Amino acid sequence: MDWANILIDGILATIGPITAAYAISAIGLNLQFGYAGLLNFGHVAFMLVGAYGTAITVDFGAPLWLGVIVGIIAAALLGLLLGLPTLRLRADYLAITTIAAAEVIRLLVRSNWARPLTNGVFGIQGFADSFFTLNPFPASQIYGVGSLVVTGRKLWVMIVGWTVAAIITLFIRRLIKSPWGRVLKAIREDEDATISLGKNVFAYKLQALMIGGAIAGIAGILLAVEQQNVTPDAYLPKITFILYVIVILGGAGTILGPIVGAITFQFMFFTIDALMVSAQANIGWVGDLLTPAAAGQIKLVLVGIGMMVLMIFRPQGILGNREEVLIDER
Amino acid sequence: MSRRARFAWFWLAAITIVVMTPFASFAAGESIGGTLIQRLGDEKLPVEGITITVIQDGNTIGTGESGADGKWEIPVPGAGIYMVRLETSTLPEGVALTDPDKQELSDVEVRDGQAKKVIFPLGEGTFSTVSPYARVGALFISGLKLGAIIALSAVGLSLVFGVTGLVNFAHAEMVTLGAIAAYFFHGSTLGPQWPLVVAIVPAVLVGAGFGWLQDRALWRPLRNRHTGLVAMMVVSIGLSFALRNLFLIIFGGEPRAYPNFAGQPPIQFLGISMVPKQLATIAISLIVLAGVGLFLQRSRSGTAMRAVADDADLAESSGINVNQIILITWVLAGGLAALGGVFFGLNEAVQWDMGFKLLLLIFAAVVLGGLGTAYGAMAGGFIVGVAVEMSTLVFPNELKAAVGLGVLIIMLLIRPQGLLGSKERIG
Repeated sequence: MDWANILIDGILATIGPITAAYAISAIGLNLQFGYAGLLNFGHVAFMLVGAYGTAITVDFGAPLWLGVIVGIIAAALLGLLLGLPTLRLRADYLAITTIAAAEVIRLLVRSNWARPLTNGVFGIQGFADSFFTLNPFPASQIYGVGSLVVTGRKLWVMIVGWTVAAIITLFIRRLIKSPWGRVLKAIREDEDATISLGKNVFAYKLQALMIGGAIAGIAGILLAVEQQNVTPDAYLPKITFILYVIVILGGAGTILGPIVGAITFQFMFFTIDALMVSAQANIGWVGDLLTPAAAGQIKLVLVGIGMMVLMIFRPQGILGNREEVLIDER
Repeated sequence: MSRRARFAWFWLAAITIVVMTPFASFAAGESIGGTLIQRLGDEKLPVEGITITVIQDGNTIGTGESGADGKWEIPVPGAGIYMVRLETSTLPEGVALTDPDKQELSDVEVRDGQAKKVIFPLGEGTFSTVSPYARVGALFISGLKLGAIIALSAVGLSLVFGVTGLVNFAHAEMVTLGAIAAYFFHGSTLGPQWPLVVAIVPAVLVGAGFGWLQDRALWRPLRNRHTGLVAMMVVSIGLSFALRNLFLIIFGGEPRAYPNFAGQPPIQFLGISMVPKQLATIAISLIVLAGVGLFLQRSRSGTAMRAVADDADLAESSGINVNQIILITWVLAGGLAALGGVFFGLNEAVQWDMGFKLLLLIFAAVVLGGLGTAYGAMAGGFIVGVAVEMSTLVFPNELKAAVGLGVLIIMLLIRPQGLLGSKERIG
């Protein structure tokens, strides 16, 4: 087994456009969960709505930039729709409604009933051509050093993806340091105290849910553009849980946590994968016992266990401050 | 396969998994289709309005209905192995599969560009159209059955919420565990292959034991550490996700039916066609739920449970062992969820994510009845079950889940404390 190659593939997966999209989506979840203390268990739905908003708009003949705007607005509106009935109530109700809504939205999008708009299970393809015509790098040209190389196409998506991630991170930093951000953290720490100071807690929560949703929408759009493809079954609940692990791992309620979390998570995910593949190929009985499909499922079991273990033993993650984490009260 | 080829193949699979959303290639026009014909002696009659579902790796790829000529066709995303299922509940009165075991055709292979044809032989009985009365009646019975399953599963969730304040997102996996345990004791060649009526008992015990284990090994230590509720909910959803995928590894992705009562023929009562196992589900559930009610009202533990749910501190100071009451609640919740799971598996099929599919309806029932109230969860379960089944009179079948979500959201908007809930719990 060639460990140098595994390392290179791991690095490529870690800096790739998918990690960038996960990081962006995690930034949105961090604003909701880390800063505002909102339990959004259907985060993937915001990505779906963003991606489909873009794809459907372009499918109707509109330019891609308009599609991106529609996608972002649609994702924010989903936050409004889910937040209005639930945010006045206990934290449980948002969690219940979002986890249910995420699956229902996916089922609706893939149903025959919505097929005229969404094309059902087949999804919509090839809506991002205008993004790739802007690519200054020749698409099939190879860039990089030694065997650490990417194509011009991928390089373009990577640069755009990480730039967007950086811009959103700066935006969130600005937001959190503003009075608005301080109120948000105050709500998370002590809701009653914030109310007694005359703040409209409901409005702040709703804004956080909508902004976080819009950011997730951007992540969904980036994924869809990268693949030139949206299908409903790319938005399974597992993505939400992976994002939770990313946010908690990096440090909920920290500016750089989601990015650190996304990079760490992807690298760990890839390494575990490489180890399992190597065990399958080199150790006879493991190869007989562990099919490639089971290996993928074992990784998801590890995601769930990771979520529990992190939340119990290191809720502040890599970067967080234990004092600031919602663990010992309420 | 040579070692090198195997190695290359593993890498290919690994990369596909890492990329998460594999780039699906859509070669033109693969589909699965056929014509549903009922043979009556020499006569051949097309059968209209039958729902066919195509499934791959446990995910529904598409559904279709047969037309007036009996023809149906469901496009599939590409070449591969699919499972095709005829939904026997949509068969009109008097039409049945000549071989009840052929309701599901697994290993249907579709090649590139192929329009694959499959056959479901139909026969038996006379062909007659269903009157609106019979249709509404059948849907009502089916709704009561679904309601019974939801109610059994929801009571435990609501009770646990009542005594601990935790919405346990892993509750759905207790439902699945019950169904899978019953499959192990009844249907699996690895198990003792007892009849299903016997296998229910160990399945419920496994569920109750799992409830006990969860509280002792996970929730009680967390309570002792004064872990916050938000953190506990994150832990519970992590547990749910880990368990669900564990079930997928152990049980596989395909849905499986219990061998007993699989192709049970319907009976006629008051002109309504119903399957005996539906009636058994409803009757047994009602008896069990009445038992739970008696337990809560009359027994010492039951009263203590209500006292803890009302005010844990006050209950503790009046001499109730709160930790023990919480443990009993978990055991009860686990057992009831497992029983609900067995009935769900009996009426539909056992599958690794069946509980998660039911979870939305369980939540709708609990919120409708009032989070934390046992009787509210029971009533909510039956209302949601009947509402969801009856909705298919107006909306397409695929929108069932959306109806459940609609009930949930409307209830939150107009009466968030639920039908029987108290206002202090929600704010």
